[in-house]
Amino acid sequence: MTAQWTVLAALLVVTAVLALTWRSAQGRVRTTAPGAVDAAATGWTDELVAQGMTPGARATFLQLSAEVCSACRSTARTLGALAAEEPGVTHVEVDVDHRPDLVERARVHRTPTVLVLDAAGTEVARASGGMTPARARDALATVPSAPVAGRTA
Amino acid sequence: MTVETTDPPRIDPRGPRVGAGITALLLAVVVLIGPTTPALVLLTVVALSFVPGAVRGPQATWQGWLFRTLVRPRLAPPPELEDVRPPRFAQTVGLVVTGTGVVAGWAGALAVVPWAAGLAFVAAALNATVGLCLGCELYLLGRRLRPSAR
Repeated sequence: MTAQWTVLAALLVVTAVLALTWRSAQGRVRTTAPGAVDAAATGWTDELVAQGMTPGARATFLQLSAEVCSACRSTARTLGALAAEEPGVTHVEVDVDHRPDLVERARVHRTPTVLVLDAAGTEVARASGGMTPARARDALATVPSAPVAGRTA
Repeated sequence: MTVETTDPPRIDPRGPRVGAGITALLLAVVVLIGPTTPALVLLTVVALSFVPGAVRGPQATWQGWLFRTLVRPRLAPPPELEDVRPPRFAQTVGLVVTGTGVVAGWAGALAVVPWAAGLAFVAAALNATVGLCLGCELYLLGRRLRPSAR
């Protein structure tokens, strides 16, 4: 019985570590290093326009969501509200079941994942997990306020 | 799978978390009993409890009934209701994990029982404490494992 109590104690420790790690990672904004900007990270504007979606003149939140993802709903509301009050910012949401090609291209493994695109349609940051209004503002702050110089052709 | 002809039902989001807490306690007992037949019987009860949750949603389980009759009357109304599909997905994951332990156990591999219970315990405890959303974490992974869905 002692061994079982040890196992249960270990499980509780693992659970506590995972709980703290998971919660602090929710919606944390990770900026994309300029060196990591490859072909897949640029040119999102054309893709969005081709899908009938409207890229923002200043920034676009491209959110990948799933039907079985509860955090996607609250994140969509948070980003939609921010886009509504910030000029030039739009929020577009794509269902992973409808567009597996975009999941591949964006190398997304969890939902919601939000790609923060600048005016040129280049990914400047991304965040996974439920986003609070504060984290949404962090995400928007990663976008340069002036139009990007030297945008890729 | 049932075909959704209307909007999926919406439920109090606190119900699945309370239910996950109850389930986590039962799974902790399974771990404590160890690789024995009583543990297998209890894990079987837990696995069967996931079946209505995986088919209709956590509100259809006995844990959901306990929440509605004992807990919810004591709480303020929730700020908003939740789509049943994410917690139903989590119930399906719970059924698969505990069901694997049950099948292995009844086939004679009792050693698998505490392992399956331990894994399901971590997931249930995370759901209860911080609201871990299994559909958010595992759905795309599951898609990747099914080549036909790519």
